Amino acid sequence: MVHKAAPAVVVRDLHARRGKHPVLHGLSLTVPRGLVVGLIGPSGCGKTTLMRSIVGVQIVQSGEVTVLGRAAGTASLRGRVGYVTQDASVYEDLTVRQNLAYFAAVLGATRDDIDRVIEATDLAANAGQLAGSLSGGQRSRVSLAGALLGSPELLVLDEPTVGLDPVLRVELWALFHRLAATGTSLLVSSHVMDEASRCDRLLLMRHGEVLADDTPAGLLSATRTRDVEAAFLALIAAHPSPDPAAREAGDA
Amino acid sequence: MNPRRTLATAGRVLTQIRHDPRTIVLLLVVPSLLIGLLAWIFSDTPVFDTVGPAMIALFPFIVMFLVTSITTLRERRTGTLERLLSMPLGKGDFILGYTLAFGLLAVLQSAVAVGYSVWVCGLTITGSVWLLLAVAVADAVLGTALGLLASAFARTEFQVVQFMPALVFPQILLGGIFLPRDQLPDALRAFSDWLPLSHAIDALQAVANDSQDAAYVGGELLIIGAWIVGAVVLGSITLRRRTP
Repeated sequence: MVHKAAPAVVVRDLHARRGKHPVLHGLSLTVPRGLVVGLIGPSGCGKTTLMRSIVGVQIVQSGEVTVLGRAAGTASLRGRVGYVTQDASVYEDLTVRQNLAYFAAVLGATRDDIDRVIEATDLAANAGQLAGSLSGGQRSRVSLAGALLGSPELLVLDEPTVGLDPVLRVELWALFHRLAATGTSLLVSSHVMDEASRCDRLLLMRHGEVLADDTPAGLLSATRTRDVEAAFLALIAAHPSPDPAAREAGDA
Repeated sequence: MNPRRTLATAGRVLTQIRHDPRTIVLLLVVPSLLIGLLAWIFSDTPVFDTVGPAMIALFPFIVMFLVTSITTLRERRTGTLERLLSMPLGKGDFILGYTLAFGLLAVLQSAVAVGYSVWVCGLTITGSVWLLLAVAVADAVLGTALGLLASAFARTEFQVVQFMPALVFPQILLGGIFLPRDQLPDALRAFSDWLPLSHAIDALQAVANDSQDAAYVGGELLIIGAWIVGAVVLGSITLRRRTP
């Protein structure tokens, strides 16, 4: 069923602008199947643009994005890829359950599936509450629950743990690994370096380029550092940005 | 397109509105209050009988235009539209779902406005009240369809509110309320023939005075229907899955 040989995502020489700013300049990377891959980098380095390109909602200038063996954005991929945007994209004037019921209807998921994702994201106590009355962290979990509906093969999660308390963060990372164990591929972005150690593989990004693609242990030994933050700084020192203009554009 | 997803979308929009009772009350009551005010202003003159039918066209049209354009813009702004378009939802499902949900509200709103005008304000309707209601509903749905289309061209709430005077006011000015359309300068007269609100007002006045037969009213309804279909189709074309 899961072809370990065929990667979940292959990106080749991707150029993309966000609005008018060039953000990705010839980016290439591979996300293997069945792993939790962390996309780590400072704010504004192009993580969201890359994720939007993979999901197929980003206009790209050039390059190839292949998802689960098909061109990104192909209609048949829409039910197989779950996407969580950075800001919780849920209806504030619907309850948690009503939000999920609507997404389930669009995806063709069952009622049992709604209960399953409510359970998985620890929202059972809030199921009848309006999403607008929830805290930021709870709302982003509703958004995540929506992406888990229908058990997609690839989950693209843009900073899913922002604003969550430490206990919940640990629980969510445990959930990500449980999903990966059942064959789901996950691409999870974060600008918090200490979350990097929880990933099976890391993609370190800066100014729209991938600085490193390795396991956390491999990265530390390659840079002879003791934590991911130090490794990132060592990589930056080794790869100075080619020109100041690109740096500014990347920061925008 | 898929009927299950279209209906799920319409149901979701109606559930959202159900959580907002104040909006429901405003939607249903405001047009009638304005019509009542107008009837009061002209209570000692015969003017209300001539402008009353036009008002039935006007207020639901404006209210539905505003409500729809702002709701769909909000959907674009909060990221839920991006989420839906990354899911297996057809653009037609989205637009038709909205049209159905707000169309249903438009039916209720027009029914209240027509009932209030006729039975409370004493608007004289020589023709069929049902035909009057049919035209009023078509007109409110037209407001919904144009609102959907307008929201595609707005990036912010400020912009979408400006579309109201830009797209709606010219239709009001040229619709024959201020000056009968046959007294307009030729160029404006010809232009007003192309505007959907002109046909809505003509049809409502024809029903009110019973001055034309049902075929004429049916023809006008067809023109309004063509505008609705055109706006819905254009609206779904302007809905982009990929954005910069």
